Amino acid sequence: MTTAPTTAESTAPKSTPPKSPPAFPYTPEDLDRFRELQQLAYRCAESVAEWLAPGVTEREAANRLRQELVRAGVQDFFHIPFAWFGDRTAFRHFRTPLQFFAGGRKLEEGMCFVLDCAPVVDGYTADIGYAGKVGDNPIWDMIAQDLREYRELILREVKARRPLNEVYGAVDALIAKHGYDNRHRVYPGRVIGHQVTKTVQRGPAGVNLFGFGVRTLQTLGRELVSERIQGRSPLWADGRSSQHPPTPGLWAVEPHLGFRDVGLKFEELLVVTEDDAYWLDDDLPHVRRWEQK
Amino acid sequence: MTSRQQHLTVAGPSGLPLSVHIEGDPDGPTVVLVHGYPDTHRVWDDVAAELAADHRVVLYDVRGAGDSGRPARVRDYRLEHLADDLTAVADAVSPDRPVHVVAHDWGSIQSWEAVTRPGAEQRIASYTSISGPCLDHVGHWARHRFARPTPRHLAQLAGQAAHSWYIVAFHLPGLAPLAWQHGLATRWDTVLRVVEGVSARSDRPAQQLAGDAVRGIALYRANMLPRLLNPGRRPTRVPVQTITLTRDNYVSPALTEGLERWAPELWRRTLATGHWGALLEKGTTVARMVREFARLHDGDASDASTADGGVRGGSGGRSPRDRLAAHHEGGTPLPRSPRRLVVLTGAGSGIGRATALAFADRGAELVLLDRDLESAERTVELAGLLGAAAHAYQVDVSDGPAMDALAAEVAAEHGVPDVLVNNAGVGHSGGFLETTEAEWRRVLDVNLWGVIHGCRAFGSLMAARGEGGHIVNLASAAAYLPSRMLTAYATSKAGVSMLSDCLRAELAGQGIKVSAIYPGIVNTNITRSTTFSGLDDSEQSAQRRRVSGLYARRNFPPEKVAAAILKAVADDRPFVPVTVEAKAGRLLGRLSPGLIRAAARLRMG
Repeated sequence: MTTAPTTAESTAPKSTPPKSPPAFPYTPEDLDRFRELQQLAYRCAESVAEWLAPGVTEREAANRLRQELVRAGVQDFFHIPFAWFGDRTAFRHFRTPLQFFAGGRKLEEGMCFVLDCAPVVDGYTADIGYAGKVGDNPIWDMIAQDLREYRELILREVKARRPLNEVYGAVDALIAKHGYDNRHRVYPGRVIGHQVTKTVQRGPAGVNLFGFGVRTLQTLGRELVSERIQGRSPLWADGRSSQHPPTPGLWAVEPHLGFRDVGLKFEELLVVTEDDAYWLDDDLPHVRRWEQK
Repeated sequence: MTSRQQHLTVAGPSGLPLSVHIEGDPDGPTVVLVHGYPDTHRVWDDVAAELAADHRVVLYDVRGAGDSGRPARVRDYRLEHLADDLTAVADAVSPDRPVHVVAHDWGSIQSWEAVTRPGAEQRIASYTSISGPCLDHVGHWARHRFARPTPRHLAQLAGQAAHSWYIVAFHLPGLAPLAWQHGLATRWDTVLRVVEGVSARSDRPAQQLAGDAVRGIALYRANMLPRLLNPGRRPTRVPVQTITLTRDNYVSPALTEGLERWAPELWRRTLATGHWGALLEKGTTVARMVREFARLHDGDASDASTADGGVRGGSGGRSPRDRLAAHHEGGTPLPRSPRRLVVLTGAGSGIGRATALAFADRGAELVLLDRDLESAERTVELAGLLGAAAHAYQVDVSDGPAMDALAAEVAAEHGVPDVLVNNAGVGHSGGFLETTEAEWRRVLDVNLWGVIHGCRAFGSLMAARGEGGHIVNLASAAAYLPSRMLTAYATSKAGVSMLSDCLRAELAGQGIKVSAIYPGIVNTNITRSTTFSGLDDSEQSAQRRRVSGLYARRNFPPEKVAAAILKAVADDRPFVPVTVEAKAGRLLGRLSPGLIRAAARLRMG
C-alpha cells in the first residue's frame, strides 16, 4: 500500500492519446447469420438437456451435443462441446485445464449441469452456455433467478462504455453482494468473455488442438496480436489488458456463478457498436425463464 | 412429590433387594437416575421434580446405600455387579422399551459399565453422564498421555492427579472409615457448604450417612486399581451426552478429551458449577439438557429392533430422530452437537457471511447482525438454502446502548447464544500524523468498541446462564505486525487481541472460552470500504482499487478463515493466525522483534 500519487492506476485518460475505436465490422445480414446460429446452438443444447437423465455421463452428453450440432449443419467448432455435472459445474477442485474436458461423471437426481458449445458455420461463430438441473435443487433455482441481474448489469455498464476491467469489477461486486463466488475466473485468463469474429477460412475445418478448433486458434492468435498493438484485448478479464472501453464488435459474455457445489452460467453474444450495446437476441431459454416467473 | 409416586423393591442379580421409586407421567419416556457417592436417590430431588412433568422418572438406591441391600464383601461392589443392578432395575420398570439413563459421580462410573456392554443400545436409548468417567477410558486416557508426554498432556495428568488425592486416601487402611465415623458424617453439610458452595439437604441421619459412606469406600477399593492399571476396550453405540462441570473438584474437564473414540455419538455440554452444584442448584438446567437429549433419541429402540427387517414401527409414529434423519436425507449426519445459537456481527459480507454459512452447514441457528440489514438478510437467505434457521438484525456495533438492547431482544426471542463472533470491522490506512481525530474515532469505535460492546452485551448473557459458551474476536495480523501505514487499524486490533486474552482469563471459570483470530490478507470487501488518510476522493478510490486488486490476487478466500474459526471453537484455541503471512509474521516477531520493528518503517500496508 503506498500513498505515492498513482496516476498510472487511475481511470483518467492515459498519457498515450486515446485511439479511435475501430468501426463496427458487421452488416445487418452478418448479425442475422450470427443470431440464427446462436438460436441453432441453443436449440441443440435444449434438446440434449431434455434427453439428459440420471446415469448419463458428461462424455455422452458432450458427444450427443456434438452430433446434434453436426446434424444441424455445423462444420467446425470454435471449441469442442463441453458438459459439466454436479460440483463440476462450479469447477470445484479444478487444478489443470484438462479438467474442463467432459469426463466420466454420471448425472444423478438433484444434480445441476452446464452445456457449453461453440459451433462455426461459414465462418460465423456462436458460443453459448446452457445451465439446467435434474429434479429439485433450490440453490440452483436461486442462482438461476439472480443471473438476470448480471445480464442487466453488464449491458448497462457496457452501454455506458465503462472500461471492461471495471465492468468485470462491477460483476465481482454484485457476486460478493449476492454471496456467490466468481467461477469464470477459473477459465484460462480469468475471462468473463471474449470477442467473437468471423473466422478465416484457412486450415482444416473440424480439427481441434487442446479443445479449440485450428481455425479458432489462428483467428484468436491474430486477434491477440493485432489488438494488443492497439492497447486492447479480445479477451475480457480484470487485468490491465482489459483497461479499455468495449471494442465494437461481438462479445461472447459468460458470467459464471457458484455457490457451494452448484455452478450456473449463461453465455451469449453481446453486440457492441461505436456508441451503443445490446444483446444479440432476447429470445433465449434463460431470458424466457425469467419472463415466465 | 406427586400422587403417582410409587415404591417397589426389585431383586438384583444375586437376590439383593434394590429400593426403587417411580414418579411422574406413566406414559412418558422412562428415565432412570443413578446417584453417586455418598448420596442416595434423594440427591436427584430437583432434577426428578422437573423431569416428572413429561417423563416417567425412576430412581433407585445403589447397593450399599439408602434402603437397598448392603453386601459386606468388597468384591460385591465391582462394576459388573453394579451394572447388573442397573439392568435389573431397567428390566423391572420398562421391560419392553429401552430407558434413558442419567447418572452422576459413581452412578455415572457404574452406568458407563452398563452402557459399554455389547448390545447395550437395545436396552439404553441414551445416556447422560455427569462427572463420572468410564474407568477403562480413563486408563487409556492416562496411558496415551504418559506415552506422549507433551507439556499439555503432562499438565492434564497433573491436573487430574491433583483432583484425585482422596482416591489415594480411600485406599489407605482405616483412615477413611475413621474419618466418616468420627465427625465427617455429622459435618458433611458443612463440608458441602464450605468446599462445594452448595446448601446441602439432610436426607438421612448422620449415623446412616456414615454407614453408607463407609460401605461405599468399597467402590473405590474394588474398581479403581484394576480398571486404571489394566483398562479394557469399551466402545459403545449408545448416544452419550456428557455434562462437564467447570468447577468440579474431583473430575477435570480434560478427562472427556478424545471420548469420541469410544462413544462416537457424543454430545458435549458445559455447566458452570461444582460437583454437587449441578444437581442441588442447577437441577432445572440439567433436567432441560436431559429432556433435549432424550427427545432426540427417543424411539431408537424400536428402530434398532426392526432395522434389520427394514420395517419401522408404525404405532408410535415417526420419532423426532426419524424426522431429523429424513430432513438430512442428503447424507448429512445427525447433529454432532446440541443445537447451537451463534451470533455474528458484520454478518452481511466477507468473513462474517462465510462464517455464518459454515456454522449453518453444521446445523447451528444463526443471529446475524450487520449495519446493512439487506446484506444480513441475504446471508439469512443463503443460510436457509443450507437448511439453517437464521435471523437478521440491523445494528451499529459501535453503539453500546443499541447493542445492549439488541442482546436483550435476541435473548428473549432466540435464547442465549452459545457462540458469539465479533467480526465487524473497518479498514483504515494512513500515517499517524495524517490521521484525523474523526478517523481515529471511527476506527476505534467499530474495531475496538464494537468488540467490547459485543463481549459485554452477549458475554454477560452467557455468564448469567452459566452453561459456558465461546466468544470469537476477529483481530488481525496487524495486531502484532506494526506498520507506519496502519497506525489506527493496528492499534485497534492490538486492543482486540489484548482484550481477548484478558477476557479469556476472566471467563475461564465460567466455562466461556475466548479465541482471537488473526487472518492476514483475505479477499473480502473490507478493502472496498477502507479509508485512507491524507488522500482526496479520487486518490482514495484509486488506492482502494489498487489494494482490492492486491488482496484479490492474494486470493485467500474468507471461507478458509471461517473454517479456522470453527476449528478454534471446536478445539478451544486461544490464538489463531490464519494465512501463511500471519503465521510467518508471528514467528518472525517472536524470533526477532527488532526485524519486525524495522520492517514497520517500510511504506506498505
